Amino acid sequence: MASADQRTAPRPGPRPTPPAHAQATVGQAAAGRPAAAAERGEPMTGAQSLVRSLEAAQVEVVFGIPGGAILPAYDPLLDSASVRHVLVRHEQGAGHAAQGYAQATGRVGVCMATSGPGATNLVTAIADAHMDSVPMVAITGQVSSAAIGTDAFQEADIVGMTMPVTKHNFLVTDPDDIPRTIAEAFHIASTGRPGPVLVDVSKDALQARTTFLWPASLDLPGYRPTTTPHRRQVREAAKLLAAAERPVLYVGGGVLKAHAAAELAELVELSGAPVVTTLMARGALPDSHPSHLGMPGMHGTVAAVTALQKADLLVALGARFDDRVTGKLSSFAPDAAVVHADVDPAEIGKNRVVDVPIVGDAREVLAELVPALRAEHADGHRADLTTWWRQLDQLRRTYPLGYAEAEDGSLAPQRVITRLGEIAGPEAIYVSGVGQHQMWAAQFIGYERPGSWINSGGLGTMGFAVPAAMGAKVGDPDRVVWAVDGDGCFQMTNQELATCALNGIPIKVAVINNSSLGMVRQWQTLFYEGRYSNTDLHTGSAVAMGQRIPDFVKLAEAYGCVGLRCERPEDLDATIEAAMAVTDRPVVVDFVVHRDAMVWPMVAAGVSNDEIQYARGVSPEWDRDEETSTEDDAAPTPTGAGVAHEGEGQR
Amino acid sequence: MTLLQPAQQVGRTPTTRHTLSVLVQDVPGVLARVAGLFSRRGFNIVSLAVGPTEQVGVSRMTVVVDVESLPLEQVVKQLNKLVNVLKIVELDPGAAVQRELLLVKVRADATTRAQVLDVVQLFRAHVVDVAPEALTIETTGEPDKIAALLRMLEPFGVRELVQSGQVALARGSRAMTDRAADRPLRSA
Repeated sequence: MASADQRTAPRPGPRPTPPAHAQATVGQAAAGRPAAAAERGEPMTGAQSLVRSLEAAQVEVVFGIPGGAILPAYDPLLDSASVRHVLVRHEQGAGHAAQGYAQATGRVGVCMATSGPGATNLVTAIADAHMDSVPMVAITGQVSSAAIGTDAFQEADIVGMTMPVTKHNFLVTDPDDIPRTIAEAFHIASTGRPGPVLVDVSKDALQARTTFLWPASLDLPGYRPTTTPHRRQVREAAKLLAAAERPVLYVGGGVLKAHAAAELAELVELSGAPVVTTLMARGALPDSHPSHLGMPGMHGTVAAVTALQKADLLVALGARFDDRVTGKLSSFAPDAAVVHADVDPAEIGKNRVVDVPIVGDAREVLAELVPALRAEHADGHRADLTTWWRQLDQLRRTYPLGYAEAEDGSLAPQRVITRLGEIAGPEAIYVSGVGQHQMWAAQFIGYERPGSWINSGGLGTMGFAVPAAMGAKVGDPDRVVWAVDGDGCFQMTNQELATCALNGIPIKVAVINNSSLGMVRQWQTLFYEGRYSNTDLHTGSAVAMGQRIPDFVKLAEAYGCVGLRCERPEDLDATIEAAMAVTDRPVVVDFVVHRDAMVWPMVAAGVSNDEIQYARGVSPEWDRDEETSTEDDAAPTPTGAGVAHEGEGQR
Repeated sequence: MTLLQPAQQVGRTPTTRHTLSVLVQDVPGVLARVAGLFSRRGFNIVSLAVGPTEQVGVSRMTVVVDVESLPLEQVVKQLNKLVNVLKIVELDPGAAVQRELLLVKVRADATTRAQVLDVVQLFRAHVVDVAPEALTIETTGEPDKIAALLRMLEPFGVRELVQSGQVALARGSRAMTDRAADRPLRSA
């Protein structure tokens, strides 16, 4: 039985944090890293070997928290010239920060934690990275190998626990295995379909003497991702695309992971086909592109959802036919032939039967598909898409994204997010949590470039935004990084504001504060007769609610951040601009918004996408002929983005 | 995994029973990874046998599952994604040798021993242990043969039995282990 002293020992007080300007030195430090790889069999401890391995893997930054089992590794980390460690306040924050860093930079994000609770706190972020294919390496300390399996203090079988949510994981008990394992972990995390890899290192392996030897090659006979597509399959796809009269390019996150935006744009121009970008692919094609119909799925645009439903051909690129996109699977895109290109063969045919399967990296697929399609065109095979586009344009005109202003003069959350996107602009990075604010941020901000939108798509992890924004800002410090968060999400991980304030990571947080778990509340409104069971968070207006717990402005100030509040539409732009003007520390803006606003359009869970509702009780008219120009009262007049549309009085 | 199943259970759904041979790296946790993947994706393993192969560091698992062919394709793809899995082959029952091992302890005293030994001879099984009140019998064979033997022994009283998972090899001269583990991956 451990004594009280031993129990407190493994998590000592925080080390002095790096100075605020440390961030600026990251780039140079990485360039000037020691030529470790060239040296042979240098004697050192396992812990030193681990840090040397991270340096050899060109790691710039590690997000983590020390503790008993990982403690040996933190000593040489202090001396590393190239690896910066950011001390977070909760291991989940370390994981999400690594994800944010990875998605902003395209590099592997790294997080570190101790054994037991430190490791289990990483699990949510690891699962999130797994669902969203984010390249990440998680390093955890483990109790000494002799104690493994004895229910030792702070022991948890993290390798067993994370098997279902990692791309691969390792337990290292021999210090000689450390460099090879780290090299393999980075290779596996970043190649093929990216994903999280966990490396669990026992404390005795960190303490023991070893020799550091960075492997010249990797021996992974069971890991050979296919990245080059089969040429005949690509030609078949080109043939279908050239002949299709109602094609849609269904673009998923794999296109961003493969850095294939330029190749995608080429295919879009050449084919003239309409494009939808999923929640994970926002920014893969500029929203301003005339062929872009927006986001498909549960809260997608009417045009995007309808295009998929009416299509005669789907060309799915790095997408996985997620239930949030397809709705009821049996009625999804019923008339469409399917070309499905993905780097992960297990995705192909998983949910939807495929006519032309293509296993390959999205960039390589697109690079081959473009000339193949050009050849089809040259042979005179090119369907006329005029009718198709006329239908789609009609839908776009009739059912643009819109929202209703609040009747009581309070702030509409969609307006806040729209203006935020317009003022911060397309060069900023927007990171969201999960819920209504996430959907509005996906809908109402114009994404013009890859990497400008980071969110938790597959797992739907509330609390993702603040730590992920922190990671994105560390990875891309010259960009403005806005976390668009909800009041529920924000309260799950806002302790990382301390990390941001102390480490010179000036993120901006827009709390879209509707004083409730808004998306759950929306479902209660729609499907539970307005019985609001446990969704009121009491963070909103002190006047209306009688209390404001917590007060987000005071909370921001307590964390050394600037705290601002906006409650009236007339203050909106000035508040956003005031937040933009703060560059030396994090800023939190409490946007107190109308709590009854809902996310529209919506396809209810489990029903066909044909049942999409433009607003509550308002379904688009299908098969409307192009000559029909008179809209009924429910359909708004076509106007530009950001202008309030009356879809329906959302009460 | 099934323990002793009545004979009628064996081969009840012959159209959906599949035998997979899975070559894996012999590293800690590999069995958990493979078994966990089956349960995670909702597949019931009928039997599973693991052992070394002629190649050092390579183990071979024989997994028998009851599943429709389309979800099977999905689980094979998922298995292929496991880093420690080297190769997967589905064995066609018509073109493979499939064997299980059975050890069974049957009640046999002076009055019944001769009858039990008759059965043992008929099935070309072996007696591997004798006691005044019981015989322990060993046999290998295809699942049908083992089920038939058990049917014949049951009237005497089966005290206990143990059965291995099925192991199988494709017929012919080719080996699935050829070149499965000898391709080192070059460093990126």
